[in-house]
Amino acid sequence: MKKKIDSIGFMSSLFAIIVGLLVGFVILLVSNPADAGAGFVTILTGPLTHGSKGVGQVFYYATPIILTGLSVGFAFKTGLFNIGASGQFIVGAFAAVVVGIKGEAFGSAQWVVALLAAVLAGAVWGAIPGLVKAYFNVNEVIACIMTNYIGMYLVNYLVSTNKDLYDKIHNYSKSVANTANIPKMGLDKVFEGSSVNGGFFIAVITAVVIFILLEKTTFGYELKAAGFNKDASKYAGMNEKRNIILSMAIAGALSGMAGALLYLAGSGKHIEIVDSLAAEGFTGISVALLGLSNPIGVLLAGIFIAYITAGGFYLQLLNFSTEIIDIIIAVIIYFSAFSLFVRVFITQLKKRREEKQEGGKK
Amino acid sequence: MDYIIEMLDITKEFPGIIANDHITLQIKKGEIHALLGENGAGKSTLMSVLFGLYQPEGGCIKVRGKEVKINNPLDANALGIGMVHQHFKLVHNFTVLQNIVLGNEDTKHGLLEMKAAREKVMALSERYHLAVDPDAQIQDITVGMQQRVEILKMLYRDNDILIFDEPTAVLTPQEIDELMNIMKELVSEGKSIIFITHKLNEIKAVADRCSVLRRGKYIGTVDVAETDKQALSEMMVGHKVNLTVDKEAAKPGEVVLSVEGLTVKDKKQGHTKDIIKNVSFEVREGEIVCIAGIDGNGQTELVEAVTGMIHADEGSIRVKGEDVTKKSIRYRNTHGMSHIPEDRHKHGLVLDYSLEENLVLQDYFEKRFQNHGFIRRDAVNAYANELIEKFDIRSGQGAVTKARSMSGGNQQKAIIARELSKNPKILVAVQPTRGLDVGAIEFIHSQIVKERDAGAGVLLVSLELDEVMNLSDRILVIYEGEIVADLDPKETTVQELGLYMAGSKKQEGR
Repeated sequence: MKKKIDSIGFMSSLFAIIVGLLVGFVILLVSNPADAGAGFVTILTGPLTHGSKGVGQVFYYATPIILTGLSVGFAFKTGLFNIGASGQFIVGAFAAVVVGIKGEAFGSAQWVVALLAAVLAGAVWGAIPGLVKAYFNVNEVIACIMTNYIGMYLVNYLVSTNKDLYDKIHNYSKSVANTANIPKMGLDKVFEGSSVNGGFFIAVITAVVIFILLEKTTFGYELKAAGFNKDASKYAGMNEKRNIILSMAIAGALSGMAGALLYLAGSGKHIEIVDSLAAEGFTGISVALLGLSNPIGVLLAGIFIAYITAGGFYLQLLNFSTEIIDIIIAVIIYFSAFSLFVRVFITQLKKRREEKQEGGKK
Repeated sequence: MDYIIEMLDITKEFPGIIANDHITLQIKKGEIHALLGENGAGKSTLMSVLFGLYQPEGGCIKVRGKEVKINNPLDANALGIGMVHQHFKLVHNFTVLQNIVLGNEDTKHGLLEMKAAREKVMALSERYHLAVDPDAQIQDITVGMQQRVEILKMLYRDNDILIFDEPTAVLTPQEIDELMNIMKELVSEGKSIIFITHKLNEIKAVADRCSVLRRGKYIGTVDVAETDKQALSEMMVGHKVNLTVDKEAAKPGEVVLSVEGLTVKDKKQGHTKDIIKNVSFEVREGEIVCIAGIDGNGQTELVEAVTGMIHADEGSIRVKGEDVTKKSIRYRNTHGMSHIPEDRHKHGLVLDYSLEENLVLQDYFEKRFQNHGFIRRDAVNAYANELIEKFDIRSGQGAVTKARSMSGGNQQKAIIARELSKNPKILVAVQPTRGLDVGAIEFIHSQIVKERDAGAGVLLVSLELDEVMNLSDRILVIYEGEIVADLDPKETTVQELGLYMAGSKKQEGR
C-alpha cells in the first residue's frame, strides 16, 4: 500500500517535469524558432556533452539546494513552513566563513569546525521563529520572512565592518584558508576540472540521516504526528512547544550547512555585500515541493534541478537567455504544487486502464 | 406497484471492498422508509449513488417508474431528490434566506431578486411549522434550526423525495421529537422520505417500512409496525444483541479521582464568565460516574481540565491522592489516567498514521517499543496485532491500514483498545459511543463495565440519556458549569433528570 502511494507521488512529479519542459520548449520556439530544437536538446543533455566536468558541476550545484530542500521538506513534514531557509543559509555561510578565515589554528580540522559552526548558527537562526511560534503563537511564515532580512543585513553589516573579513576592492568577504575548504574526497579525480567536492557526499549522507530520523525514530514519530495532527499530538502528551522549536532548529541547521558547503567549496565563492536574499533558500522550497518533502525525493529533485540549471547555462551558446530555465523550473514547481490534482488524475487513469483490461479479458 | 424510487440490484465497488453488493431498495410514495445498518454497512454509499455522487458498477435506478441515469447532484435535484447531509452544508455568515436560495437565485437585470423567494420560504415555513427566521444568520441559530434550514432548502427546490442522513445525531432529545413531527407532516403532504439511521427508537417512532443492510449486502425490508426492536437489531448486526447494559451493582472502593473547587475561566477576550464554577466531586474505584447535561454546559472544559488539555484556574485535581493539577498531559497519561476523547478525529487519532502507529500514540517512548530512540517496528506491530485481535478492530489491511480509511466504529474501537490497555486507575470517557451503531455500542459499553469491574473508576460524559441511565452508577448533572445534582440512576427518572439538565431544578446545598 505504502509503495503504491509513493509510486503515484513519483509519477505526479514526473508529470510536472514533463509539462514544465514542454512549456520551456514552447518558449524556445517563440523566441527563436530556428534553434528551438537544438536548444531543447541542450537543456536535456547539456551537462553530459562536456565530459566528466559537466556532470561534476551538476553535483556541485546540487549540493546546497539538496540541503535547503531538506530543510524546507523536513519542516513541511512536521507541519511547519520554513520560508526562512534563505536567512539560515546566509547566517550559516557567515559562521563558516568566519571560522574559515580566522580559525587557522584548527589546522586540517578547520573545515570540520567551520561546518559545525555553520550548522549551529543555522540552528539558532531557525530556532528563533520556532521560539516565537511556540511561546507567542506568531505564525512561523512571518517570523521566517523577518529573520531572512535580519540575517541578510546582519551578515552584510558584520562582514563589511570587519577588516579581517572584508575585501574592500571586490566588496565581498575575503577568501577562506585552504584548510577550511571541504576536501575533494576523490571527486576531483572522477570529475576532472569541476568544482564538485566532498560536500556532495555530506549532503547525501544528511539526506539519509534525515530519512532515518523521520521514519525510524521516536523523535521523528512525534514530529510527524504534530505535523499531521497538532491536537492529537497534544492529547497524546507530546511536548508541542519543544517539538516546534526543535523542528525549526533542525531545519535551520540544514540550511546553515547548505551555506557552509557552498562557501567552503573552494570554487571562489565569497559572501557578496548585496541587498538580496540568497536564492538557494527559495530554490529549496522548489526542491522540497518537487521531492514531495521526502528526503530521498528531495535528493533526486535537487540533482534534477541542478541538472537542468546546468543545461540552461549551455543555452547561452545558442543565444538563448538562461532565464528560460528559471521559467521551466517555475512551471515544474507550479505543477508539482498541483500534485494532489495530478495524483487523482493518475489514479483515475490507472483505474480506467484496469477496467479496460478486465473488459478485454471477458 | 406504486414505487417512487427503485434502486435495483445496485453494485458499487471500491478497491478491496464491495460497498454495495446487489442491493435493492424500493420506496413507496408517501412513506418514511428507514435505511438501517451498522457503520460501514453501505448506507451512505447507496445514498451517494442515488444522489449522483457515485456511479454504480451494476444495477439500475428507476424514479417514478422510469429508468434514469443520475450523473451528479444536479441531476438528482432535477428529479426531485434532495438530501440533508449529516454535516450541514451552510454558509455561516449568510442569513437563513440567503442560504436557502443559494445556487438557485432569482435575478432581475442581473440583480438579486429576493422578494418572491422570501414569500415562498415563509409560506413553506408556515405550512410545515418550521418557524425559522429568514433574516437570522446561520451562526446565531441552534443546530436544530440549522437542520430546518437544510429541510427548507429541499422544499424550496420542490424536491419530493427527501433523504435524511443520520439527522438526529446532532440534536437534543426535544429537537429530535420536533424533527419527528416535521417528518410526519412532510409525509402527510405527499413527500417521500428516506431516513438513514441506526437508532431503533427513532425507526419505531416514525418509519413505515425499514430496509436493512449489513456489510454491503441487502438483508431485507420489513414493516416497522410488525417488527420489534430486538428483531431489527438482529437483522442489522447478524446476531442477537443485548439492548440493555448487563452489569452488576457497583462496589465502590477508594477514591481514585477527586476534583475540588475546580474553576475554569473563559479565555476568550472580553469574556469574564467562569465556564466551570467551583466544581467538586469524587470518583471511586469500581464505579461509573456520569456527567449528564445538555451540550455546551462546561462538560468539554471540565474534561480538558481533568486530563490536562487546559489549565485549571483554581482548585485541585487528585488521582489516588496525588495532586496532578500542575502536571503535564504525559504525566497524567502515564500515571493511571486514560482518556477517550470527545472528538476522535481531532484528538483521538492521527488519521494519516497507520492503525499500529495510532495504537502506540501514548506509549511509543516506552522501552518495549523503542531502542535508543529507534522505534521497534516489529514490537509495535506485534502489540498492534494483539490489540486488533482482542478488541476485534476491523480494517482493510490490518495493522498497517491508515486510520483515515477505517470506519468510525473501528476507529473508536482502536482508541478504546489503546486507552483500556493501559489498565487505567481512572478512565475519562467522553461520549464514547457517539455516532456508533448498536453492535459497537454494546461492545464499548461492555468494555467500560469490564474496566469498572476490574477496579477502575470511570468518569463518563454523555449526552445520550439512554446511555446515562443504563451505564452509570451515579449521575452528576452539570448546568452552566455547576454540578446541580448528584443522583442515583435507579431512583430517578428521565423526566427528573431532564429538569435538572434544563436548569429548572437544583438539589439543595449545591
